[in-house]
Amino acid sequence: MYSRAYKTLVSLPPLLWVGLFLLLPYALMFAHSFWAVHEGVLVHQWNLHNYVTLFSKPVYLGVLLRTMRIAASVTLCSLLLGYPLAYYLSFHARARKELLYQLVIVPLWVSYLVRGYAWKTILGSEGVLNGFMQYLHFTHAPVAFLLYSPFAVVLMLTHIYTPFVFLPIYAALEHIPRPLVEASHDLGAGSVQTFLRVILPLSIPGLLAGATFAFVLSLGDFLAPLLVGGASGTMIANVVQSLFGAAYDLPLGAAISVCILIITISLLFLSERLEKRWSFK
Amino acid sequence: MSSAAANPQHQVSAAREALLELRGVAKRFGAREVLKNISLNIASGEFLTLLGESGSGKTTVLRLVAGFEQPSAGEIWMRGQRLDTLPAYKRRVNTVFQHYALFPHLSVRENVAYGLRVQKTSATEIGGRVDESLRMVKMQEFAASRPSKLSGGQQQRVALSRAIVNRPLLLLLDEPLSALDANLRKQMQSELKALQRELGITFLFVTHDQEEAMALSDRIALLRNGALEQVASPREIYAHPATAYTAQFIGQTNLLRGEILDGRAKCGALQWPTDGPSGAAIFSLRPEAIRLASDAVAPPGTARFRAALQQQFFSGASELLEVDCGGGQLLRVRIPARGPLSGEHEFVFSAAEAIRVQE
Repeated sequence: MYSRAYKTLVSLPPLLWVGLFLLLPYALMFAHSFWAVHEGVLVHQWNLHNYVTLFSKPVYLGVLLRTMRIAASVTLCSLLLGYPLAYYLSFHARARKELLYQLVIVPLWVSYLVRGYAWKTILGSEGVLNGFMQYLHFTHAPVAFLLYSPFAVVLMLTHIYTPFVFLPIYAALEHIPRPLVEASHDLGAGSVQTFLRVILPLSIPGLLAGATFAFVLSLGDFLAPLLVGGASGTMIANVVQSLFGAAYDLPLGAAISVCILIITISLLFLSERLEKRWSFK
Repeated sequence: MSSAAANPQHQVSAAREALLELRGVAKRFGAREVLKNISLNIASGEFLTLLGESGSGKTTVLRLVAGFEQPSAGEIWMRGQRLDTLPAYKRRVNTVFQHYALFPHLSVRENVAYGLRVQKTSATEIGGRVDESLRMVKMQEFAASRPSKLSGGQQQRVALSRAIVNRPLLLLLDEPLSALDANLRKQMQSELKALQRELGITFLFVTHDQEEAMALSDRIALLRNGALEQVASPREIYAHPATAYTAQFIGQTNLLRGEILDGRAKCGALQWPTDGPSGAAIFSLRPEAIRLASDAVAPPGTARFRAALQQQFFSGASELLEVDCGGGQLLRVRIPARGPLSGEHEFVFSAAEAIRVQE
């Protein structure tokens, strides 16, 4: 057995780390959300005013709803891209499997910011896409909605988070014993039935994990709306950022952050429960 | 099914209708030739066992018939119809997998109902047939359980039930008993045989266990390195092995490599009359064909030899002796249990029991 001193010694650094850089900031944020700002000065006066503002002003609620809508769209799009890709790789790619897997992973090594600017270059009025469409005479003037819109945000976030959705789904599919697929064919089920009755149900934990990744990461994203979102593509993290910065309304920013935190934790909890419900070992 | 009822002894004759025909079937994986020119007929209602060591290609034959692999050459026919061109899900063949392959997300009942559901059978019929099928393998009380909650033997029964509920023309069993412990295995062997009689379904059974093959089969097809070594009934293949390999693989034997000269076979210290042509020859002499001279009356055509006892292994009803007939030539002899022996003894065997085999 390990001595008491040894146990204390090894558990202290992580405890300190978590306490100092996680629990303390969260506690401060939580406290701030019940404080107020008067004439540019933070006053430690406990009240619920920030939460009332948050839920009564349509601006904040509107952005929060839009953020959730964008996150949901990103989740859906990355699932629609990531699942078929994972399915193809796991069941049909054969010799090309390793190569394709690496090709899916490679974008993860490229800086998030670089990929953001790449989309700006592609989608802008002077961008690659508009230039190409005019060259083909599909359009005569640049199409404006491509950049600085919720569409652009969804596009960019889908591009960034599809590998995150792909990975857990691919892992889940790889874990399905192949004799189960053969057993299904053996019992008279064709490819579609086998997919719906065996492969899909057994891949649900991976699907849930992927969907949770995409939704939670999109929910808190502020770079994509900043780079390609424009005014109509603003998300809740941008609001928090401006409240903490230019607007200097720390308490309201903290209240919004607490709300996002609660949504995120509830989602993670729910997803964990569902994943357990759908895992069979 | 009527053939099984009319013929409870399951004496299979070549005249019976062939259910499945393999015609010159070969299978290559890349450069590796796993099966070479296999031609084999399986009669309706027959229990045929594919026996062989691991790597002999027996499971590959099963996978070709099931439709999980495509033959590289040759054809497979079932009841006058080409089978190998059909996808697996269109074949009236069901498989009991080696590790059962039960669907972990479905209950026992849903597992058994799977085949009927995908065939769009009516709900009432599914209910009746699933109950009946679970009853046959004595698993009704576990209908609501998940496979993970069952023991290996129980999972085995569910796998069997899931296959037979579809009333296949042919049931493929891939070493279904290999994961069970010895006692359960014996019990399942007997239940499997009873079930086959009751259902009259043709069984194509794969095993590496020659005892299991002997106990269950109407005929055994012995595979060696992807080729058929011999196809015959268990008694036939035991009594008249065609090759030295078969003789050694099925049961125990003494392989005698010797010479025939002027109607006498000679192998070391042993000599006996034979009618084969002169030249080098190999004989298989089963341990139980050799007796202690004191126990046997010696009719004409009996060979005698003296040998020194080396080892004696007691196994209940019988014992196995290892004897040295001189010059280090060892023979195995199985005699009825009779207590400890030592020293030199005289042994006899009938010349007709020394079966000439090919290399």
